[in-house]
Amino acid sequence: MTALSALLARDLRLAVRVGGGALIGILFFTLLVTVMPFAVGPDLPQLARLGPAILWLGALLASLLALDRLLAMDHEDGTLDLILTARVPLELAVAAKALAHWLTTGLPLVIAAPLLGLLLNLEPKATAAIAVTLLAGTPALTFIGLIGAALTVALRRGGLLLAILVLPLTVPVLIFGVAAANAAIAGSVPFGTPFTILCALTLISIVIGPLAAAIALRQGLE
Amino acid sequence: MMRLMGSDLTCVRGGRQVFSGVGFTVGAGEALLVMGPNGAGKSSLLRLVAGLLRPQQGRLKLEGGDLELTIAEQAHYLGHQDALKPSLSARENLGFWTALLGGEAAKSGHALAAVGLDDLAHLPAIYLSAGQRRRLAIARLIAVERPIWLLDEPTSVLDVAAQAMLADLIRAHVAGRGLVLVASHGPIGLNGAKQLRLGQQADQGTQPS
Amino acid sequence: MSLIQLANPSRFLAVSGRALPWLSAATVLVFAIGIIQIYFAPDDYQQGATVKIMFIHVPAAWLGIFGWLLMSAAALGTLVWRHPLADMAGKAAAPIGSAFTLMCLVTGSLWGRPMWGTYWVWDARLTSVLVLFLMYLGVIALWRTIEDPTQAARAAAVLTLVGAINVPIIKFSVDWWNTLHQPASVLRLGGSTIHPAILVPLIVMAIAFTLLFLTLHLAAMRNEIMRRRVRSMMMLQAAAPAES
Repeated sequence: MTALSALLARDLRLAVRVGGGALIGILFFTLLVTVMPFAVGPDLPQLARLGPAILWLGALLASLLALDRLLAMDHEDGTLDLILTARVPLELAVAAKALAHWLTTGLPLVIAAPLLGLLLNLEPKATAAIAVTLLAGTPALTFIGLIGAALTVALRRGGLLLAILVLPLTVPVLIFGVAAANAAIAGSVPFGTPFTILCALTLISIVIGPLAAAIALRQGLE
Repeated sequence: MMRLMGSDLTCVRGGRQVFSGVGFTVGAGEALLVMGPNGAGKSSLLRLVAGLLRPQQGRLKLEGGDLELTIAEQAHYLGHQDALKPSLSARENLGFWTALLGGEAAKSGHALAAVGLDDLAHLPAIYLSAGQRRRLAIARLIAVERPIWLLDEPTSVLDVAAQAMLADLIRAHVAGRGLVLVASHGPIGLNGAKQLRLGQQADQGTQPS
Repeated sequence: MSLIQLANPSRFLAVSGRALPWLSAATVLVFAIGIIQIYFAPDDYQQGATVKIMFIHVPAAWLGIFGWLLMSAAALGTLVWRHPLADMAGKAAAPIGSAFTLMCLVTGSLWGRPMWGTYWVWDARLTSVLVLFLMYLGVIALWRTIEDPTQAARAAAVLTLVGAINVPIIKFSVDWWNTLHQPASVLRLGGSTIHPAILVPLIVMAIAFTLLFLTLHLAAMRNEIMRRRVRSMMMLQAAAPAES
């Protein structure tokens, strides 16, 4: 097994075993979607119109809250030091960790979204559109969040600061994710345009996220 | 022949100068004992060699090593923390380290036996005592072969028997043309190791013990 | 005197100490000229005198962005060249840039109420500037939360550069929405569309604001150098042996 696949496998195993990862993320997502109608009102047509926004916001916040687990734990127990002595570039190592994080936190949200769409009176076509945009966009949330996690890795209880730093950076993803979902539902704009931009944002973040995170980690070591 | 040399090293952490003008030379088949009081910078020096800290001044040079790899990538760094995941078993932890550091999976069984943990290998690491966890971290040194060992107070949680075991392991490594830097408060049973004293009397070079 | 020589904090203190009074005087002078020109500038035929908020609002917007560009340059200095003053330049610029951005938002809001009938609207420009303001606050929060100044400088530098990429992305992404805000009218291909009677005071105010930024920035950097000296002294005091 290569070093990177070992890292990926270990992170996947930890997320599933420690029990923190997938299920708690889905639970939080569900709670958010449940709470929104209390604030917005139970009017079903209105909920259906707000559906893409509510699901995207829920996914964003659920992703955000799981981010401090991404790097801080390895920093605390010395595993990050060990990763630095491994013969893999730090950029790839943090990318592998981010991939594991998305598989265990982001992907479950994508799978849960259609079920939650039922709560929001969304039609199957709308739900499918939202799920596809979440599939394309949640990796961006994780890889951008990776940067914030790297910047705040040494801080105790840096979770709130992490959210503050990451949220502005995720605004474009949110904009295009919801725009794409709405385009698929209402059809006023062709779905392809915002969707391809969303995919582009994800691809950019997959490159820039690990690069910036590695720089931040190395700089923070001195 | 491999040689690790540090010259005129200065380390600043948190705005405070930890040490300055430190130099040393360790060759293959030699051990260097880094001694000094608390706060003298023993841990910082080891982290510096491991590439986890950058010196403000000075140079580190490795001769006779692999030119494509950094010093850190040819070293084992054993710090105060054990890099253990509590929910994984001892064997799983060691297996991960072996794979991460590019060792062969087959060796980890032998490594566990060498540190006396083979009957506890299946237990989640959370059930291990501090001494057992440190022994597991030491097993990493055996499971993956790397020429340079950087050990930061490795005996601090070990009982007498385990300390002797570690001393044997270090002697074996040194005999096999490896290099060892050990930071310690007191002697750890290595005869003939060079000494480097940090602290009030910051040394400019190394002297045999 | 080369830039490298200026990198020595003591020398920087000496040079900036001599420059600061001149810079302050120039700032006051250009502001005076600008305010006089504003007084004599014509009123808008629709908005009346309210349009003169523009003379504060637009330069404030420019300087909010200028602040982030300055921070980005400082960030490169910190990460790539490890220039000792780059850390302080970035740290000093953040509050000033955020203040100008806030000024832009507030004056814009006050101007928008009589003009558009609303204090706020979620269009392209406003949203981008609001996000910029929040990013400023994020950088400042990072500076304050990491205790070691060198580490804080490096983390802030990375965040600044990533944020610099994000600002144009946000600007272009929100262009999807119909914009209520006035489209670009000064820095445009084909020359400005504004009459010189308004344009000249605007440029003068922009220069005045820039001088204000630089004056405040220089003063803030001097303060930061002093602050670090105090910190070093306290650390030395803690480390020194007790006096008998």
